[in-house]
Amino acid sequence: MSAAKKKSNATATKAPSAGDAIDDFQQTPINAGLSREDKCKLYRTILGIRRFEERSLQAYNQGKIGGFLHLYIGQEAVAAGVVSLMEENDHIITAYRDHGHALAVGMSMNECMAEMFGKHTGCSKGKGGSMHFFAPEKNYWGGHGIVAGQTPLGAGLAFALKYKGLKGCCICFLGDGAVNQGSFMETLNLVSLWGIPVVFVIENNGYSMGTSLARSSAEENLAHRADGFDIEWDVCEGHDVFEVREYANRAMSRAREEMKPFLLEIRTYRYRGHSVADANHEKYRTKEEIEEYKKNKDPINVLKEQLVADGSLTEESASKINLEVKTEADAAAKFAEQSPVAPRSEIQTDVYWEVDNDTNNSLKGTYFFND
Amino acid sequence: MPLITYREAIKQALDEEIQHDENVCIMGEEVAQYNGAYKVTEGLWEKYGDKRVIDTPISEAAFSGLAIGASCLGIRPVVEMMFMSFSYVAIDQLFNNASFCRYMSGGLMNVPIVVRGPANGGTNVGATHSHTPENMVANHPGLKVVCPSNAYDAKGLMKTAIRDNDPVFVMENTLLYGEKWEVPEEEYLIELGVANILREGSDLTIVAHGRCAMIALKAAKMLEEQHEISVDLVDLRSIRPLDETTILESVKKTGRALLVEENKPYCGVDAQISHLIQLKAFDYLDAPIHRVSAIDAPQIYAKELEDWQIPNEERIIEGALKCLA
Ligand SMILES: Cc1ncc(C[n+]2csc(CCOP(=O)(O)OP(=O)(O)O)c2C)c(N)n1
Ligand SMILES: [Mg+2]
Repeated sequence: MSAAKKKSNATATKAPSAGDAIDDFQQTPINAGLSREDKCKLYRTILGIRRFEERSLQAYNQGKIGGFLHLYIGQEAVAAGVVSLMEENDHIITAYRDHGHALAVGMSMNECMAEMFGKHTGCSKGKGGSMHFFAPEKNYWGGHGIVAGQTPLGAGLAFALKYKGLKGCCICFLGDGAVNQGSFMETLNLVSLWGIPVVFVIENNGYSMGTSLARSSAEENLAHRADGFDIEWDVCEGHDVFEVREYANRAMSRAREEMKPFLLEIRTYRYRGHSVADANHEKYRTKEEIEEYKKNKDPINVLKEQLVADGSLTEESASKINLEVKTEADAAAKFAEQSPVAPRSEIQTDVYWEVDNDTNNSLKGTYFFND
Repeated sequence: MPLITYREAIKQALDEEIQHDENVCIMGEEVAQYNGAYKVTEGLWEKYGDKRVIDTPISEAAFSGLAIGASCLGIRPVVEMMFMSFSYVAIDQLFNNASFCRYMSGGLMNVPIVVRGPANGGTNVGATHSHTPENMVANHPGLKVVCPSNAYDAKGLMKTAIRDNDPVFVMENTLLYGEKWEVPEEEYLIELGVANILREGSDLTIVAHGRCAMIALKAAKMLEEQHEISVDLVDLRSIRPLDETTILESVKKTGRALLVEENKPYCGVDAQISHLIQLKAFDYLDAPIHRVSAIDAPQIYAKELEDWQIPNEERIIEGALKCLA
């Protein structure tokens, strides 16, 4: 590889427009071992994210969800594929487009929907909202609203693994727009310098709000930036969950085994606007572009075809899964709707650990300053 | 009791806490091999090595955020800012992530980090290197901030800050690093949220924090000698949490209050304290509350002028006389 000094050389990588070295990612070792059940589970996760978000969109349009709603529709195979590879000591953190990752790590539709409704039963008791889902017990550290603000945190989680001598990695997701934040650049240098097992996954959906990649990044091959920091990188497509798993597995294994960072760019696409409030999303891109992706690269259709072809799934079992996740999403909306808002006294809890836990450390002095 | 410098006291605190808890580590620019830009961490790298005392590149946002992320998994990083002024390039990490992750996760997370470094003017280095951001930190629920005025407090508060399970900022002062105070050899901690009465008196309450408390102490002696004014001097130590009780008890005793800080006056810490006093001790006041703060302009470079810009004995005495006029 001449241009790409540090490009991962595990297997020939797909160049942006060149043909695949691997034509069936289902056959690579990490995927060949998947049972029928495993594959159906991937399908359920991807479909569940889609149905959940469609239901949340409906609730948003009914005025039941406030704030911003950044839908992940079109990108589902990325979170589902990467998360399916997580081991005990692996951690994950992402930005505000976080519903897919949350459901993939196993957060319930109920707690996620209720959070968006601002209810006490939400994963953050209604204190975080759509952009700020957390589940530390599932090694999921958010849900972060400031573009690239999560990237040093991801480095820190991985730093802690190294400090404690644990074998694992942290997967830190970010967008194609986020790569232009200084904090990310600083972090790339730091993790390479210190040998920190973090895998940065750039979910390149081609746009940061209304700005196309070409209009925001001077070097459109985002993964190449890793070269400047002596970090290994790779690029893959995000619509085929098996391809995602293949590349993510290489990156994660390398991070775990060699205590080194990795930068993986995954090319994907979002069907909806940047957030639901983005009514202009057919102005900065063409309808055809959207339709084209939906037709040829929809992660649900692609996976379904693969699974039907290999006998893992039938039309009937696919419909059954669809009905189940749809019912679950509807039930989550109902649960959210019927849940109470937290009492006003909750406004001032979860601010300080020492106060919440009523420790000796919190006995002295005033912590809150209302008249 | 041994007389040691403020710098040495902080170093002892760091040293003791590194020994006390294997998850405590120190990171920052020049903290390890160079022994610290202000020599606060001198000798610690040699003693504890690369794992516990870590040199960082000049990337405040990255290493602050890294410390926060690491604290999620139980590491307790002590982050040195060469100057607190430089924390401004890490504000997103400190004021969004350190302060709000706990809240936005509905209490599922906590961030046990310490951010420490000098936060003072008076050093003839101009506006970019002279910030006193304790008011900004205190404006972020979720953060705690202390401003030790002497070596004894610096050591005790630092140890408490490191053991605290929330993010704590420790605002140090380069002009105090070389000053000496008595510090006991036995281990001790100082609780957050407890002010210290530096001097008891009956005519006027002075509330101050950080180095200003030491300047106010000198001014109080002069007020006694030259004007027969007896000063009750409250050193806040901790800005958030705040020891309201001690402030109010003092004001109720003296009926007059002068608030002294190095912050710029507008939205400074003392704006809040003034509000507190009028709200909770209104009937006890015999005179308006006065304030002595930095003169309200960017920090000036010229030494003679900067020495006048930040509170000094003369300006404090002037303020005290206004309270008693
Ligand atoms: C520091 C900061 N600047 C601006 C914003 C507003 N904003 C939110 S998302 C976004 C676009 C980010 O695009 P990208 O990183 O590609 O992620 P995507 O939305 O495509 O998932 C912008 C500008 C923000 N949240 N934080
Ligand atoms: Mg994008």
